[in-house]
Amino acid sequence: MGGPRGGIRVLLKLAWIELKLFLREPTTLVFTFAFPVVLLFVLGEVFGNQPGGTDERVFAGIGAMNYYVPAYIAVVAMSVGVIMLPARLTGYRAGGVLRRFQASLVPVWAVLGSQVLAALVLSVVGSVLVAAFGAVFYPVHFPDALAQLAAVFLVTSAAFAGIGTLLGAVMPSTRAAQGAGLMLFFVMLFLGGAGPPTAVMSDTMKRIGDFLPLTYAVDALQAAWNSTGWDTTGLIVLAAIAIVTGWLSLRVYRWG
Amino acid sequence: MPPVITVEHLRKVYGRHVVAVDDISFAVERGEIFGLLGSNGAGKTTTVECVQGLRTPTAGTVRVLGEDPHAHAGALRGRMGCQLQESRLPDHMRVWEALDLFASLTPGAKDWRDLLEQWGLAEKRSASFSSLSGGQRQRLFIALALVSDPEVVFLDEMTTGLDPAARRIAWDLIEKIRDRGTTVVLVTHFMDEAERLCDRVAVVDRGVIIALDTPRGLVVRYDPLEQVVFSAPDQDVEWLMSVPGARSVTRRGPRVIVEGTGPLVAYVGAALVERGLTPDDLRVIEPSLEDVFLQLTGHLVED
Repeated sequence: MGGPRGGIRVLLKLAWIELKLFLREPTTLVFTFAFPVVLLFVLGEVFGNQPGGTDERVFAGIGAMNYYVPAYIAVVAMSVGVIMLPARLTGYRAGGVLRRFQASLVPVWAVLGSQVLAALVLSVVGSVLVAAFGAVFYPVHFPDALAQLAAVFLVTSAAFAGIGTLLGAVMPSTRAAQGAGLMLFFVMLFLGGAGPPTAVMSDTMKRIGDFLPLTYAVDALQAAWNSTGWDTTGLIVLAAIAIVTGWLSLRVYRWG
Repeated sequence: MPPVITVEHLRKVYGRHVVAVDDISFAVERGEIFGLLGSNGAGKTTTVECVQGLRTPTAGTVRVLGEDPHAHAGALRGRMGCQLQESRLPDHMRVWEALDLFASLTPGAKDWRDLLEQWGLAEKRSASFSSLSGGQRQRLFIALALVSDPEVVFLDEMTTGLDPAARRIAWDLIEKIRDRGTTVVLVTHFMDEAERLCDRVAVVDRGVIIALDTPRGLVVRYDPLEQVVFSAPDQDVEWLMSVPGARSVTRRGPRVIVEGTGPLVAYVGAALVERGLTPDDLRVIEPSLEDVFLQLTGHLVED
């Protein structure tokens, strides 16, 4: 393989294979891509996208869909990170796929990096679907600061991918990883701002929300999407999560 | 020529008390098929995993092609091929994708398309891993182990779970690998496999090597008794004890078993003819590695 450049070639090849494998698994495919759109459809039909009126306070005066489209971009990244990634990594470990890689001297960072890279690509595709759905069926505000949006999205994706690889590293079995991933997913979905908006949450819900990465991802992505400036707190929290979980994943990684 | 692999006083303890490998030393010469034979849990797999650099030895030294496989894994990249016990690929990965991926791990790897042909996988090229039969999976794993054109390959229990026909095909394939000049380390608990394939066999029991020789050498050294068997109903055969080399004569129903050493069958045959007996089923049962193993370890391999 010869040094880091060869390693990067392997990483890219692995990531490409991962993407192809993903496309061959209909259930994961549907859950990752269709589920957020379905939820968004329900919310859109219920709340519409009229700024002002009764929604003034609830949706920060920006219209429900302007609120939810960026929130569901965060949900896509979360779904790929906490559900798909841990199941994939623990499945590979249990089946001896990782030992096979180890025996052929694939570096740990290439194994984890390829998963993160594949997750990023899937999150981008899922997010484009979410955004396109919003744009086509509702008059959703189109973001002006695309570079900012891309940057925030990258940090969000990295944070959830980090959480996913860490879960994949520490969970003892695929079943445990799936259970933990689904629980995290739904708790964050309902309490992290993608269900009831923060404005209608009770204090207890808000306090729980403060501990959930999704809350920060939703805030940061909403700010970027609706051009209300940089959400510095959110970005710092997400970046910290990405760095810490990434570092921990590399440390506690096990091949078999 | 220096040995391809040297292992000196290897010891591996899991946790605090589980001694998987107690004290093992051996050397593998270039171009041979070297067997590690033992029952499940004897320490064979742990030994090869230490040699492959997949596990850190608790004590002892391991050198593969002159390198420490644990500390200098990079130096052995592509020079060592491994077929692992209980290994899988992702279910939906296709045969060609696996070969292409593993080929990309070593610069100057062989063209994997040739391996597809050689190992009879050409028509399975686009099949997913989960759709392959046990034999096809094993062939794919061997092809993956060979894709870097290694100097030494490790095959761990590669015929476990294969039907008899597939095992025989696998044996031919292993001989093919050796004939190309590649050194083979074969881990197995099948006596017939070790006897048929290995140039030398190390018998491993409870974390130590209790015997190391050619299969023939082991038999001669540890269980040189051969058996001559024939049918002779209703006849007293005790007199066969006086035949040169005979150690015991037993009757089982119509069948008589003479056990002993030397050219036993010639003497028994001559003595029978002399007495006017010409049994048409006179045959010799050579001692097998299985008998040696029983003799050495006091237990059957499946225990």
